[in-house]
Amino acid sequence: MSHLKSREAILFGAILCLLFVVATRFPAFVAPGTLVAVFTDTSPLMILAMGQMAVILTRCIDLSVAANLALTGMVCAMINVAAPDLPVAVILAVSLAMGAMLGAINGILVWKLSIPPIVVTLGTMTIFRGIIFLLTEGKWINAHEMSPQFTGFPRADVLGMPVLGWIAVLVSVVMLVVMARTTLGRSIYAVGGNPHAAVYTGIDVGKTQFAAFVISGMLAGLTGYLWVARYSVAYVDIAGGFELDVVAACVIGGVSIAGGAGTVVGTLLGALFLGVVKNALPVVDISPFWQLAISGAAIIIAVAFNAQSGRSKGRVILKSAEHAQ
Amino acid sequence: MSLTDNAPRHIPDRLRSPLQDKLVSWESLLLAVAIAIFIVNSLASPYFLNAWNLSDATFNFTEKAMIAFAMALLIISGEIDLSVAAIIALASTAMGVAMEMGAGTPMLVLVGLTTGVLCGAFNGALVTKLGLPSIVVTIGTMSLFRGISYIILGDGAFRGYPSSFSWFGQGYVFWVISVEFVIFALLAVIFGVVLHKTNFGRMVYATGNNATGALFSGVRVDRVKMTLFLLTGLMSGLAAICLTSRLGSTRPSIASGMELEVVTMVVLGGVNILGGSGSIPGVVIAAFVMGLVTFGLGLLNVPGIVMSIFIGLLLIGVIALPRLWTMWRKKVG
Repeated sequence: MSHLKSREAILFGAILCLLFVVATRFPAFVAPGTLVAVFTDTSPLMILAMGQMAVILTRCIDLSVAANLALTGMVCAMINVAAPDLPVAVILAVSLAMGAMLGAINGILVWKLSIPPIVVTLGTMTIFRGIIFLLTEGKWINAHEMSPQFTGFPRADVLGMPVLGWIAVLVSVVMLVVMARTTLGRSIYAVGGNPHAAVYTGIDVGKTQFAAFVISGMLAGLTGYLWVARYSVAYVDIAGGFELDVVAACVIGGVSIAGGAGTVVGTLLGALFLGVVKNALPVVDISPFWQLAISGAAIIIAVAFNAQSGRSKGRVILKSAEHAQ
Repeated sequence: MSLTDNAPRHIPDRLRSPLQDKLVSWESLLLAVAIAIFIVNSLASPYFLNAWNLSDATFNFTEKAMIAFAMALLIISGEIDLSVAAIIALASTAMGVAMEMGAGTPMLVLVGLTTGVLCGAFNGALVTKLGLPSIVVTIGTMSLFRGISYIILGDGAFRGYPSSFSWFGQGYVFWVISVEFVIFALLAVIFGVVLHKTNFGRMVYATGNNATGALFSGVRVDRVKMTLFLLTGLMSGLAAICLTSRLGSTRPSIASGMELEVVTMVVLGGVNILGGSGSIPGVVIAAFVMGLVTFGLGLLNVPGIVMSIFIGLLLIGVIALPRLWTMWRKKVG
């Protein structure tokens, strides 16, 4: 019974309802092929949400993911233009390393200088985008300049699904194991749940937050290559504003912005929910201009819902003024 | 940390005089920076020292500073509003709709301010009534408000505001003194008095330093926060009027990314991002610093996106440098 009431079950039910409603008018939307396409289209969001979840669990936030994605993607594209024969494995390694490095910059500022994460990542968000402009002088890198193997990798079909989708599955499985079965994963929950208690248990709070930022950055870098290769174009503004979708996916998925609470499965469902909405809008003939407002409304509803369900049932003797901090 | 706590405390022989305090304060440091930038700019470009050019430069910060004053109070009270730029977009769109329906200038102003206040009330209600964290709420409303503008406008634009409406953004009160600059100066005085000389100002500090303590001392914490959200909304509405009037058109992408510059201005002005401390004079000087930097870079033909790197570095550097300085002093001494 408790399983039925869990947030994941509710969210899963909501996604099924959504699919059902769309399917009553457009049965083709729930054909296996379309569903795989929707899943693949949502993959970048899922991968980024995995990293963002780790960061939010430690009571931080990473608003620089989309800028990190764009910068790393641009660097991968530039490497490809300079050396078209470089194997994809090397590009993947570069994207992971570079993303991790950019994430480490955020992490070190939060860890060593204890600057509030929102300030750090708002700052690095503009700095990363600015650096892309400095690198390219605003020029685009287009499909014809990229090598076929570079752009082909995320689209290559394996067992009926593009590689991009399989990478999202792989990342999710790895994160599932890391969060549930490793010291790092448990530290991340402990730090967010109660930082003071975490210190007394011998966990270095700052270091754990640093690790979360590195994970988030690494996944953003990986997505950077995949994004640029999938759409075969790289320019300053790719994935502009995408960080809000990523935060939205986490919040909808039940990750508490106060840290310490949230699951991998919930986050994935949160991302899929947004993905289904986004793909369903054009099908039911609603202008794509609605999407921004819908994401915003979804964040607010989800966070209000979280607060209501998480409210303690005990008798309130003293009104707390601290709830808003 | 624990090492320094156990060391004997250094007690100074005598307290520092107020003058000494003033000399080493954040505001005076900032003022020195502003003067230095002014001198460097006038050396770097022959076009800098010109009354009309300098007057033009004020437009770089007047609209942002209007919001920054209210945002400073909000941040001091321990909250934040990241939706201010989106409020501008929505208020500007609402004015556009009103204009299409044939509203005159007074009506447009009323519509702009009302939309701002309503957006602020929405943020404030979610934060104070439902007890939600303001960062997430305003990240959500940031998408929601701008999203509504996109729904109404799509990829279109509103043009053709009445000519009397252009007074706010393009008018001059006296010689090179623009209407916007006068509004900015008036607001600086009003906010300075409210924060530093009234009961309400003390309540804002109390709320930011210790909300529970403030509540037990009889401060209606939620009401203070609600008022500040309304005020931030109102100022965003006012900024929307000035910006729309100056540009003469409304697009849904209007003022995008401005929330970052407003927060940077507030933090640069010495307001603690975690709440509890800060001053209006600091924010005023920070507004001038940012205006002079962007104007100077503009004269040197530096593109806007490169300027945003400077803003980002400024935001992080301003917080990081004092912390690095104290860390270094601890290591040495």
